Amino acid sequence: MISLSEIDTTVKRATKAVGFSWGIAEEVGKGISLLEMFGLPGLKNLNQYYKIYKDKKFQNISLISKSNISKISYCPITSGINFLDQIFTLKEFSEIDFENLAFPILFIPFLSRSSEIIGKKIFFKVDEREFLLNFNQSIFSNYLKEQIVIEKANKIKIIFLENENTFNENDWKELYSLSKETFVDESEELKKTAAGAGFTDND
Amino acid sequence: MQVQLRDPKVVMKLSKLGSFHQSKLSFLRSFLKEFKDWKYKRDLFELDENGYGRAVYSLTKNNRTYSLVCFANQINDEERSDRVIATKWDTAFALHDGIPTKKDLDRLNEDVPKQEIGRLSYKELTLSRANKSIRIFNHVVESLSQGIQPNKDKLMEVGYLYRTTAVYGSGKFGLADRFRIKNRDEICGPFRLEMMLVYLVREFTFDQVNHIAKQKNPRKAVELDKDICRNLGIGNSTGLGMAPFIINHPTLLNNWILARETSLKKIREIENVKDHEAELFKKLLKKSLKNITSWNTDSEFQKKKIFGLLKDMEKLINFINKGFNFKDKYSFNKLYLWCEINLKDECIEYIVSLMMEPYDKIINPLIKQMSVDEAKYFNIPTQKNIENLRHILEKNYSEIIKIDFSKKENNQNFWFISKNKEEPRLADRYMNRGAELEQPLAIARDIKILYERISNKKNSLSIGRFLMENNDLRHVVRRAFISENFPYAEIQDNIIGYKLMPIDMLRLKLSFFGAVKFDPRSEKWLRICMFQGAPLLTDLKSFDDGWIYNSLN
Repeated sequence: MISLSEIDTTVKRATKAVGFSWGIAEEVGKGISLLEMFGLPGLKNLNQYYKIYKDKKFQNISLISKSNISKISYCPITSGINFLDQIFTLKEFSEIDFENLAFPILFIPFLSRSSEIIGKKIFFKVDEREFLLNFNQSIFSNYLKEQIVIEKANKIKIIFLENENTFNENDWKELYSLSKETFVDESEELKKTAAGAGFTDND
Repeated sequence: MQVQLRDPKVVMKLSKLGSFHQSKLSFLRSFLKEFKDWKYKRDLFELDENGYGRAVYSLTKNNRTYSLVCFANQINDEERSDRVIATKWDTAFALHDGIPTKKDLDRLNEDVPKQEIGRLSYKELTLSRANKSIRIFNHVVESLSQGIQPNKDKLMEVGYLYRTTAVYGSGKFGLADRFRIKNRDEICGPFRLEMMLVYLVREFTFDQVNHIAKQKNPRKAVELDKDICRNLGIGNSTGLGMAPFIINHPTLLNNWILARETSLKKIREIENVKDHEAELFKKLLKKSLKNITSWNTDSEFQKKKIFGLLKDMEKLINFINKGFNFKDKYSFNKLYLWCEINLKDECIEYIVSLMMEPYDKIINPLIKQMSVDEAKYFNIPTQKNIENLRHILEKNYSEIIKIDFSKKENNQNFWFISKNKEEPRLADRYMNRGAELEQPLAIARDIKILYERISNKKNSLSIGRFLMENNDLRHVVRRAFISENFPYAEIQDNIIGYKLMPIDMLRLKLSFFGAVKFDPRSEKWLRICMFQGAPLLTDLKSFDDGWIYNSLN
């Protein structure tokens, strides 16, 4: 088995070899090892992308807006880098759309890291495939079983999810009530002495 | 009294870093302390009469076992080379996580002797190989088989039976990634598994010579005397491969140096040095003279340094003998300040290491802070602005940005990865081909370019927006922001300049390993010795932590 450290190093060098800067290569190395750790086929997608990268033209996006449309497929690496770099302004949009993004799986690590930076989960929809990026701690997806290369996504949707509970107030109350069964019902004496503090704090 | 940490712009100069010595913080010493109550066992020893075959040694505590798997092979003398281009070695080793099964051993038998072209699994933690010091090895075997102990003087000229030529870890060649084991308390210090491998290899070398001698002359042979064993370490040949590590791991480098600097600061802040602390310092200072005089090298560069060190040590001893009073308040601070004025770096740094010896209570907590989760500091804070970046560059790289890179001499060298061995190399930019494939290690030059590039940018421009047009400098923007929180992360020198002494970079790292007897063979590689004087596995439960000063005495 190839280790993540080997993946990181080799991807970094390969990324430099196809023409990206060393700084971007460092980001891609980290990103692909992250995808592989989460069980997503990052290396396979990257390899396919680099096979055609020099011969085919890709759109390099600089400033990302709410809606990003291009006739030429967007490069997932420059798009990802810029997304990460602009995350503090982009988070103000609740949703961001891309049309025509090449190799969208390669965009995921940048979103995953963005999720950690802003402290919000990010929902990522690649045509019919869905991904939930959880603060760079895990990725849930209905794509995990496929392990295939996705060369292009027609429609991409990115949604910043508000930090909300997944349960309702009643669920919480019921569980809280159960947790109280571990508490001790204090006698009057204990109420006076067990906390250790004084009765007045006027000093 | 508050003492300031030493200025990174002074400490992080390569000539200073290249004068560092082993200390209580060194990884091989902290490894021994951590593993002193682990149970040692020789699980397998299947060597033929010539010492070829395989062996397994293990360290166990609670439910955790680490096993060194050793393979000793026959090679021809002309095949023996310490260079990384070698393809065969006298011995090859892997540290296995747990107890290897027969299947594991057969698998490792196939791949470990191949080293870089073999494949390991996530069950292996480190990988290494070693060559015999032929003249010493043969002399020891011959003597033991005749029933006599080897000539100590001869042994001490070299100091080891074997020298390793590489020790790999952290995911190389399929080995376990660091993340798989990072939460284990016993290996929280840097390079602890590499140290374990080398230490267990040392034990194997003694068993192997005893075994061969016995096979050679069963009636007459004796075992190698335990005291002689203790005074033998494991040699190591180290080339440029190690140098980029300290550039590529800035937060880790910071934590190593910061631990050293913090311990010095705390020692200088001690108001009343206790008698036994002063006595230990003085005792080890005197013992050091013997250690230093037994430091052999043919390198003129190193000879000069050793000569200077000896002279300075004598000067210091003289100064102490002439009435320096450890009962004075802040006496270690006074002594340190005297050293700074009167001694050269080689000796100052030796004394810094020596001052740590009486102070376990200061050093031990710092050992735990010498690792780092590098991923935590990888993100560039793109919400910050050019003003922030400019301030960092002017504060942390003030010497670097004064370097004139329009001068050829300041661009003399470039670092590259050899196609042959996939290892880092250094070449002359104006004499050799390949500079277009330069590795991103010319930090000083690229920081200077960054500083010039931002000179006409608005202070309020965010880093995110700046990077849109300047991603060619992304690697140094990241480093600059790392240096904001990690003051000792950056070497304050130009490592592509004509004055570069790469062995200074190697020595810095090796001193933290705990290596001694630095013996430069050129400006690009050196030999060292590890664990010389260290307790044997059987002594581990109770040993004197100052063992390193006992060697050869």
